[in-house]
Amino acid sequence: MFGMRVRIALAEKGLKYEQREEDLRNKSPLLLETNPVHKKIPVLIHNGKPICESLIIVEYIDEVWKDESPLLPSDPYQRAQARFWADYVDKKVFTLGRMVWRTKGEEQETITKEYLECLKVLEGELGDKSYFGGEKFGFVDVALMPFYIWFYAYETLGNFTWAKRCMEKESVSSSLPDRHQVYEFLLEFKKLNGIE
Amino acid sequence: MEDVKLLGAWPSSFSYRVIWVLKLKGVKYEYVEENLFNKSDLLLRYNPIYKKIPVLVHGGKPIAESIVILEYVEETWPQNPLLPKDPYERAVARFWTKFEEHTSPTFFSFFQSVGEEQERAVKEAKELLRIIEEQGLGEKKFFGGEEIGLADIAFGWIAGWLRTMEEAVGVKLMEDDRFPRLQAWIENFKAVPVIKENLPDHNEMLAYFKQRREMFIGSATS
Repeated sequence: MFGMRVRIALAEKGLKYEQREEDLRNKSPLLLETNPVHKKIPVLIHNGKPICESLIIVEYIDEVWKDESPLLPSDPYQRAQARFWADYVDKKVFTLGRMVWRTKGEEQETITKEYLECLKVLEGELGDKSYFGGEKFGFVDVALMPFYIWFYAYETLGNFTWAKRCMEKESVSSSLPDRHQVYEFLLEFKKLNGIE
Repeated sequence: MEDVKLLGAWPSSFSYRVIWVLKLKGVKYEYVEENLFNKSDLLLRYNPIYKKIPVLVHGGKPIAESIVILEYVEETWPQNPLLPKDPYERAVARFWTKFEEHTSPTFFSFFQSVGEEQERAVKEAKELLRIIEEQGLGEKKFFGGEEIGLADIAFGWIAGWLRTMEEAVGVKLMEDDRFPRLQAWIENFKAVPVIKENLPDHNEMLAYFKQRREMFIGSATS
């Protein structure tokens, strides 16, 4: 999920890179060496130096390749808003989203309600804009898009034209797996972990 | 120059982060003390999402979330920079700033829980302090190098609040000389004039923490 954010950002900038798939149940020495603190992906290695944490990586990419398709706006206040909402995606959408399908019964109902509230808040923030970034695809769009593929699995959003618009971008559609695949994956996961 | 207002709360280290940075950059601002048990309409209007302090209001426009605020202040008033120019170094500084956020639940648990849960939190907190000291700080004087930077500000609560928290809870996390480099960093950080002149009063803080601790113990054991 978080790796997808980086892929989208790299694609937006038209960058060539080598991709290494990690087996998260059997982490490679390279991963453990480049992210000793969290031992998590994604890790971007640029000129031999590792950068960790998906949004930090996206910001790094935006700063280094600043002339191509900027993801953060230039105005400090707009940048602050973008950072705030990307952080909101991490704090709320991600945290609640993963609980939605890990819980059941009443607990799941409560969490799902909270989760939908968050999506409503985001929808409010999007307003009439084409993208969260305004006329152009930006930082918050990158932050949120990977979660779109999970929406089908939750059957929560039917009419999300923003997401469809983002999916029309080559950089996005080529970076995200098929959402039906994700649904199948979640069903399997639930079964394996005894969550019915 | 548009006016700057900071909504804060005296016990909060998050509040102080913004105070420190505004003062380091010589930015004039109006401070508004919020009562967190009776939040003002102003706060609820400026931060409807989280309803929390700190909130910076610049020219009537609000910014919430302390790290978002710090990045905004850094960009708007570039003097006495908190972030290096090099993108890689910036990413490292941001990583440690983010790491501090990651440690919050453990330290909250340390402060709020009792019994086994607290024991777990103590163990985890010490491990986190070890990572902060060895991998974050390393051999450097400050997280930012020779001068304080964004990550130092983020970890500032360790310098100004941790000791008092340990006292209120009655458990030491940074025992004796177990964390010599972090200890040295605390002294160096508190010696920076802007920091030295802007720390909460120890006795007031202790009384406040003790009161909160009583409350948490009460609800944990009832």
